[in-house]
Amino acid sequence: MTTPVLSVRDLTVSFPSEAGRVDAVRGVSFDVGQGRTLGIVGESGSGKSVTSLAVMGLLDDNARVGGSVMFEGQELLGRTDAQMSKIRGNGISMIFQDPLTSLTPVFSVGDQIVEALTIHDARLSRRAAWDRAVELLRLVGIPRPQERVKSFPHEFSGGMRQRVVIAIAMANNPRLIIADEPTTALDVTIQAQILDLIKTAQRETGAAVMMITHDMGVVANIADDVIVMYAGRPIEQAPVDTLFADTRMPYSIGLLGAIPRVDKSEKRPLVPIKGSPPLLVDLPDACPFAARCPIVTDACLTAEPELVAVGGHADHRAACVRAEEIRAGRLGDDPVYPVPEVPASTLETVPRELRKPTLEVENLTKTFPLLKGSFRKKKVGEVHAVKGVSFDIREGETMAIVGESGSGKTTTLLQIMDFAAQDDGDIRIVGTSVADLQGGRAERELRRDVQIVFQDPVGSLDPRMTVFDVVAEPLRTVGMPAADVGPRVDELMDLVGLDPAHSDRFPAAFSGGQRQRIGIARALATNPKLVVLDEPVSALDVSVQAGVINLLDELKVRLGLSYLFVAHDLSVVRHIADRVAVMYLGSFVEHGDVDAVFDDPQHPYTEALLSAIPVPDPVVERGREHIVLTGDLPSPTDTITGCAFVSRCPLFQTLDENERVACETKVPALSGRTGVHVNACHHR
Amino acid sequence: MATDSSMVDPLAEGEPAPPVAAPGDRRRLSKWRLYSRRFARNRPAVAGVVIFVLLVAFALLGPLFARYDHVELDFLALSDPPSPEHWFGTNNAGNDLYAMVVVGLQRSLLIAVVVATGTTILSAVIGTAAAYFGGRVERVSLFVIHFLMVAPTFLLLAMMSNDSGGDWRVIALVLILVSWFFQARTIWTLSLSLREREFVHAARYMGVPGMRIVLRHLIPNIGSLLVINFTLGVVGAVMAETGLSFLGFGVKLPDVSLGSLIGIGSSSISSAPWMFYFPAAALTLLTVSMALVADGLRDALDPTSAAGGRA
Repeated sequence: MTTPVLSVRDLTVSFPSEAGRVDAVRGVSFDVGQGRTLGIVGESGSGKSVTSLAVMGLLDDNARVGGSVMFEGQELLGRTDAQMSKIRGNGISMIFQDPLTSLTPVFSVGDQIVEALTIHDARLSRRAAWDRAVELLRLVGIPRPQERVKSFPHEFSGGMRQRVVIAIAMANNPRLIIADEPTTALDVTIQAQILDLIKTAQRETGAAVMMITHDMGVVANIADDVIVMYAGRPIEQAPVDTLFADTRMPYSIGLLGAIPRVDKSEKRPLVPIKGSPPLLVDLPDACPFAARCPIVTDACLTAEPELVAVGGHADHRAACVRAEEIRAGRLGDDPVYPVPEVPASTLETVPRELRKPTLEVENLTKTFPLLKGSFRKKKVGEVHAVKGVSFDIREGETMAIVGESGSGKTTTLLQIMDFAAQDDGDIRIVGTSVADLQGGRAERELRRDVQIVFQDPVGSLDPRMTVFDVVAEPLRTVGMPAADVGPRVDELMDLVGLDPAHSDRFPAAFSGGQRQRIGIARALATNPKLVVLDEPVSALDVSVQAGVINLLDELKVRLGLSYLFVAHDLSVVRHIADRVAVMYLGSFVEHGDVDAVFDDPQHPYTEALLSAIPVPDPVVERGREHIVLTGDLPSPTDTITGCAFVSRCPLFQTLDENERVACETKVPALSGRTGVHVNACHHR
Repeated sequence: MATDSSMVDPLAEGEPAPPVAAPGDRRRLSKWRLYSRRFARNRPAVAGVVIFVLLVAFALLGPLFARYDHVELDFLALSDPPSPEHWFGTNNAGNDLYAMVVVGLQRSLLIAVVVATGTTILSAVIGTAAAYFGGRVERVSLFVIHFLMVAPTFLLLAMMSNDSGGDWRVIALVLILVSWFFQARTIWTLSLSLREREFVHAARYMGVPGMRIVLRHLIPNIGSLLVINFTLGVVGAVMAETGLSFLGFGVKLPDVSLGSLIGIGSSSISSAPWMFYFPAAALTLLTVSMALVADGLRDALDPTSAAGGRA
């Protein structure tokens, strides 16, 4: 066997903090060979990013690093910054998470690629460097690289910028590429493009890749070997197929059980992992996962388990005293995690047509004027954010709107929440039209029936108010007597699974998942009929996300709520929604029952969207055919005469001249089985 | 997050131990009790409060011990240094400096507190309301603010206070009028980003009326800034009043303030230094104590400060 490109042994990283020494990484060892991809998975705070920064030598000065990092036989730890600079960007390069901030806005992308080239090779002439920059841009799939090389970062979309970042990372033919959550900030169709591109980059340069991610689907898609990290230690390490097929450590099992699958229609509840990760300060000599583990034994609490080979395979190692008993996520005949019960709704037996509608939206339209001029603002154009959207939600039903960023889904939702009167349409909430609202009192009355839960659990709670005041605010607003507020808040806290005794604390004392529960409690305070959920779980770690999704499921049944759910994560949508609408550039392109849409996608965009999502199962994932869309969402300021999807449509490429005419000239209307499954494509 | 585990606030992640209360008498810890508990943990801030309280007590109770009235002239003791008869000495006309410092401190405290309170409230309400409501409210407020910023306010100040004949109430009012708008503009800029925060949207979608959102969500979230503004307002008001009095536009004899006393004292610092040092010491104690208090308040009110979460 050849020597690995990167060999890490017993890497430890600790930081000083007010609460004591934080042991962020506690003994990580792995090898990455040439052309191999190592996936490091873990939740926030598991030490995966710190590991990659330690390899790059990019940690703060106050971090204490121990162990050994060998890159091509040379020790990297203990080198000065100047020495490391010769290796960084040359032997090892890095792709960061946020493409919006990892490029300098004041230099053209060409300048930035040329800088990366010439800094490591002083003999390279300027002309040769520019030629190489153009070639790199072509390689990463930027159209018209000759012209685009002079463009500035702000002239590129997020996906395109990430391509430029990858071009810079590839510039000097690195032997190791470290990618830290390279697709987390991007839409799924773009994510598919970028993952393919990283594979291309790996093929071109023969580099080893270290892929850091929280997404099991991405791991299944790209990795050869996987390390699962928890509380600063690897707790399971195996080749990708082995890990998914024969998971041994309860935490890894939990991570896999907690994610909804886009390719499975059955609605069984997700399995959350209770509790939250331990603080990495003064950890006792015990299994750090013991407090959250469903199969904990006394042996778990006496010593921290070592990472040892299990099942007779040298390359499958797990840190669990019961690893030999666990086979493929099951202990004996029972699953490791007891499956939680979610009650079935009585409403589900009532046919949809007979249930009362809680929200009816008819021809909702929103345009923003484009203004120009510094003194007198002149209208120079319009942005059509939402174009004639119609749908309804019945009692006890969840309707999801999915789409990429910029598709207008959040605008739709805010229009509903703003009670925006429509020129040529209507919004009716529980039978009341927003056009009929006269005065603030009537509006406040209607607000009781519709409440919202926001995406960001940190930003949506006023940091200056105690949790009690946060949850009590809607109650006080509707004029509930002060004596009734206290008991009601306790009841709500209980309902969302929080201890009412904790309601005198500030939101900062709660974890992300708990804060989102507080947000849900607040939304439920006035007994609304409809709850609008704006990406309610996308900011949460997967193990926590499952708990919140189960809570939403349960509340819907217990309180007979309707949800309007906006998300970009189709797996979550498939799990939670009854009906789904796919939005592209301000209009619905497909709308119908969730299983109908997911199992039999009609519109080419829906097909592409569904195929772009990586499935957390390497065998399935390898067999799937990804439809990779070219390009980005067109600008909403452009006037498009025909179908908005033409510029990216894979179906359009296969059509003959006559069929193409319809696509380019006529705006497709939603057609199909009305009320069950409709799509907006001329040819489906 | 790239460096997540290093950046994790140890208090935000886990379950901090709850303040254990007996199950029977679970009383909700009110916000204010929490704030005061955090404030009390900060030693210098408590020292600041003590100094400030002593100064206020001195201003209020001082006259009880005074042997002379501040306008009374003792012709037997002209420019006398501190003595058992005149504790702080006298000036060249025979006024008792102790009595003058007590009255001057009263006057200065009153002006400072009134001006600082006035400017803070005015700037906070106008600044946040302009940002939250936008549209016409914003345009009008900003027009007034920008107009006042370019107007020669000092001239205005001098003219108006001169006309008042040295009445401290008019001076206080004029000081408020010429100092609120700088703060209002800072607050407006800050509130613009606050307006887009999700908890403000959440409140709006709950149907909370606009003015209540301003008072309940926007203003408390710029609380630490307001506290700093208030302290600087106290210090600034004392300074402005000193300047005015020095130039003869401010408080006029027979009424005295710390400002006018320092103004008079500074001219005779070599021959009768006590005339400068006593009022100057009172002024310094006043401003230093306010600064310490402000620091403590900011730490106590700020949920992200080091003291946060632990209580």
